[in-house]
Amino acid sequence: MKALAAGAAFFARRLFQALLVMLAILVIAFAVRTSLGDPLREIMGQAVPESERAELRHELGLDAPWPVQLARYLGDAATGDLGTSIIYKKPTVAAVLAKFPASFELVLGASLIVLLLSLPGGVYAAVRPGALGTKLVLSVSVLGISVPVFVTGIILITVFSVWLGWLPAFGRGETVDLGPWQTGLLTRDGLEHLLLPALTLSSIMLPLFIRLVRGAMLDELGHDYVRTARAKGASPLRVWLVHALRNALLPLVAVGGLQVGTLIAYTLLTETVFQWPGMGFLFLEAVTRADIPLITTYLVLVGLLFVITNTIVDLVSLMLDPRVSLEATP
Amino acid sequence: MSLAVTRTRPRALATFAAARPGAVIASLLLGIVALACLFAPLIAPQDPFDLSSFDLLDSELPPFWQEGSDARFVLGTDAQGRDLFSAILYGTRISLLVGILAVVIQAAIGVPLGLCAGYFRGRVDSMVSRAADIQLSLSTLMMAIIVMALVRAGFGGEVLGRFAVPLLVLVIGLAEWPVFARTARAATLVEGAKDYVRAARALGSTDGAIVRRHILPNILSPLVVVATTQVAGAIMAEAALSFLGLGMPVTKPSLGTLIRSGYDLMFAGAWWVTVLPGLVLIGVLISVNVLGDALRDWLDPRRRTR
Repeated sequence: MKALAAGAAFFARRLFQALLVMLAILVIAFAVRTSLGDPLREIMGQAVPESERAELRHELGLDAPWPVQLARYLGDAATGDLGTSIIYKKPTVAAVLAKFPASFELVLGASLIVLLLSLPGGVYAAVRPGALGTKLVLSVSVLGISVPVFVTGIILITVFSVWLGWLPAFGRGETVDLGPWQTGLLTRDGLEHLLLPALTLSSIMLPLFIRLVRGAMLDELGHDYVRTARAKGASPLRVWLVHALRNALLPLVAVGGLQVGTLIAYTLLTETVFQWPGMGFLFLEAVTRADIPLITTYLVLVGLLFVITNTIVDLVSLMLDPRVSLEATP
Repeated sequence: MSLAVTRTRPRALATFAAARPGAVIASLLLGIVALACLFAPLIAPQDPFDLSSFDLLDSELPPFWQEGSDARFVLGTDAQGRDLFSAILYGTRISLLVGILAVVIQAAIGVPLGLCAGYFRGRVDSMVSRAADIQLSLSTLMMAIIVMALVRAGFGGEVLGRFAVPLLVLVIGLAEWPVFARTARAATLVEGAKDYVRAARALGSTDGAIVRRHILPNILSPLVVVATTQVAGAIMAEAALSFLGLGMPVTKPSLGTLIRSGYDLMFAGAWWVTVLPGLVLIGVLISVNVLGDALRDWLDPRRRTR
């Protein structure tokens, strides 16, 4: 009962911090918008006489002092309105969210590959140190760290699309609408289009996770409980997978969760190489065409994603490990 | 453990090198690349920044091992008839320059902060460590992308192009100082507790003198190791930004810009324009990382015997 109360208090504090961070992000976004963008251009274009501009500016309250404007921006943001895109002439939030499924499915595909390869690879490298296979796994992971994600993508395209002609090189292929969610996972064409981008994105995360799994496993294998489990006659496989790996997953969640920002950046690069119509691709289009409202909306939504993931990671670590101190967690 | 000690043991270095052929190859490769970049104006057959010297008739020529190559262009040409070999030489030069300068900034901010945190401990330490945690939780690459994107959207591609080098150096440099701060702090905590530091204090040395003259020289080795891997990271970040069109302009291409501008030609069959600079980039990054690994093992006597 006491633990539950402490958990609830922790949850409340964490939520409050998350809201504070979001507020800071929104204020920065507002500052960027007012200093870089001209809202009038969004509405009426360049070729309008100055007198008309001044009139409209007053009508829209754009000549109000900045605290008033900031309050209005925050109020609108609370209702999910972050402005209108110059390129698409529609609400920016809708424009960015429409691209979310594409990015999400790319990250999902890459995460599956990372999970399927890093867990066996990392466990193997930990339980068989010095074996030829371990050396192979570790040198491939050094190689993976040294190759920038976009170069991996280009090499994969050169080999599998240009030379061999096996797989498509850009776009999402055929998609199916599931309500508002446009998915490419249900058609063969869509899955074929996903393969190369997902492989590319996983190539950059894989080395890190193999090292993480290996490090965490090595730590766990040195503990007494592993020796006890062996002594009572548990099979090596059971000791590795049921005893050690389960405990090793804990630090993995925490460290893996901290990589969200990096993952978003790598997704952006992968989307650029494969012209994958996701959020990152949209962001770069907005940058090239100086669509300030769209840019700031992307930043706010990515910030939101970052805050949500970090909060969830904290809560998951708490649930997985009762030893995580409720007091000391920042 | 200081650098001076290791320098006096040439035979130990030779044995160490013999056990690690990869590190020797990497150092040789980096040496050649560095020299080639330094003397690029003398080696390069063409000035890749002088757009007027290109001839469109020479565009998209393949490298020497392919049919239809031209003896004037060893590695072929790009869409504008730019000699790829010259462009790669100058591009590597820019990539290395940005990478090294960015790490200099990282160290210039991180090392003093880390020294202070480790030496004075207490409140200074917790402030520096907290700031480092916050800075690191924001992904460097993502922050760099955001800053460069805002400059590009707010002031236009031309301004971005003109100030690309200082902007890249600053953006990549400012974001990664915590790596140096943490290393310097950890090493200072160990050194600060040693007898020679206490002796210096007893003799009346000021804090500043102790940190500068006694502690700093003794924590150089871990800092050198960190600097090596950080250079690889900075070069990769610069390439990524340039590839996104948020770094070096086409008129002054780095390796990342070359990869980007050659990318469109790939489907037309001219794959070398993008793949060759990519391979050079990979070669440089692998060499720096392998060298960093070897340096870490060499400077840490416990690992040297392995």
